[in-house]
Amino acid sequence: MTYAIEISDLKKRYDSGFEALKGIDLKVEKGDFFALLGPNGAGKSTTIGILCSLVNKTSGNVSIFGTNIDKDFAKAKKYLGVVPQEFNFNVFETVFNVVVTQAGFYGISRSVAEERAEKYLKHLDLWDKRNDQSRMLSGGMKRRLMIARALIHEPEVLILDEPTAGVDIELRRSMWEFIKKLNEQGTTIILTTHYLEEAEQLCRNIAIINAGEIVENTSVKALLKTLNQETFILDLDTSLPNGWALPGFSVVMSKDASTIEVEVIKGQSINAIFQALDAISVNVVSMRNKSNRLEELFVKLIKG
Amino acid sequence: MKNSEIWVAFYTILVREIRRFTRIWPQTLLPPAITMTLYFAIFGNLIGDRIGEMGGFSYMQYIVPGLIMMSVITNSYSNVSSSFFSAKFQHSVQELLVSPTPNWVILMGYTLGGVARGLCVGLIVTVLSLFFTHLALESLFLTILVVCLTAIMFSLGGFVNAIYARSFDDVSIVPTFILTPLTYLGGVFYSIDLLPDFWQSVSLLNPVLYMVNAFRYGILGVSDINVYWALVIVCVFIVVLFGFGLRLLNQGKGIRS
Repeated sequence: MTYAIEISDLKKRYDSGFEALKGIDLKVEKGDFFALLGPNGAGKSTTIGILCSLVNKTSGNVSIFGTNIDKDFAKAKKYLGVVPQEFNFNVFETVFNVVVTQAGFYGISRSVAEERAEKYLKHLDLWDKRNDQSRMLSGGMKRRLMIARALIHEPEVLILDEPTAGVDIELRRSMWEFIKKLNEQGTTIILTTHYLEEAEQLCRNIAIINAGEIVENTSVKALLKTLNQETFILDLDTSLPNGWALPGFSVVMSKDASTIEVEVIKGQSINAIFQALDAISVNVVSMRNKSNRLEELFVKLIKG
Repeated sequence: MKNSEIWVAFYTILVREIRRFTRIWPQTLLPPAITMTLYFAIFGNLIGDRIGEMGGFSYMQYIVPGLIMMSVITNSYSNVSSSFFSAKFQHSVQELLVSPTPNWVILMGYTLGGVARGLCVGLIVTVLSLFFTHLALESLFLTILVVCLTAIMFSLGGFVNAIYARSFDDVSIVPTFILTPLTYLGGVFYSIDLLPDFWQSVSLLNPVLYMVNAFRYGILGVSDINVYWALVIVCVFIVVLFGFGLRLLNQGKGIRS
């Protein structure tokens, strides 16, 4: 089977001696929506940097759609579109020129590049800004510009490194709708993000990297099944009496005792909480997860 | 990449470079025009009249080829060094690095961009000089050949400088402390025949001397050195600098972690 991305025993040691990657193995299937998660300095950006040739690997093998980067990096690069974490376009160029110039670097003729630029700038609501210098754009617009630029050569794989950092909620939603459509049309998406709820909602498969090693690589569903503890926050219609306790559960009360946080271990019934509250005539007004489930797992895996 | 794609990539880099220096013309094209006009007026007209002839020509006529070449050298060098370093500084060089454009095309694109600015400034200075004196043209072919080769050589030099540069200071160090002294001592304002034997020999180690004299030969038909020897030296420098610049790009020096 040919994978979109196939990484084996990939190592990276920087000149400073820091070992960013300690021999990672990773496979991303064609058409996948894949999340690469990890804390700062875990090796995510190094991995992405090696994929798109911004970082030289120390050893190991990387293939993109079956093309080994050591044998034909130019061909492998054509499969990839990259949206980096930091803005990296020429801020004095117009929006239109940023996109069309990038197409030129892929050998795409001017006429085709202009057609595609119009298509993607319109899709990403930047067409009205096409003649503005890119430095004049807002943060969200700059990020969308980088997406349009990454798509101009219509890559098979789109790598998004923290694409929604600093982007407001409305824009984030529309951005994800657009990316989801791309994925449905067959583009493989690789995502790194700090918003774990995004990864939980969007991605099918996931890898968690920590200190240069892959500590988990599975489907999001399978990972969530391993979760054996969740914390729920319950808002109550009245304050709980002093010294109230819930046998078998760990409970943290707010100062006014009208909100409680309850840790529920896998196998425990939430009904027991409601029954205990009902017994003292306290009603639950609302209930929610303290954090998303993936976040709890992430913290657990990273802490080892 | 196919040949047609390589051509598109090269053309894209070149057009972007030309667009850059023409967009900021008050910083790139106007200053050399003003500086050289002052040189013509002060050194050529005011002081030149008292100096008399040099090499059989009026002093003004004698220094014009040197001043044109000085403009070409400094502008082709600084165009590439500042453009490529800026691309590094604001990370826009990554646009090229993630693309399949071969490194030799990147190097050629930037180099030809520098040549374009060097020639553009050279043409402006030449036109300005005609307001002060008339120029004979001994050999159009040699004149164009020398100016193009010189612009290529210094563009490549600027590229190597930009690769190693870590700050804007590093970009200005070479032009200020190496290029300018070499140019001033490279026979722009005088014939090395005026120097004592020892300093004449020392001057022969200065590569700029060969370019200035070969260019002057193309326009006036006089030179302190053998013109063909000058062409060989420039070509050798071009081959060495191109090979070195390409090697640095392949290694990712200063642009890849």
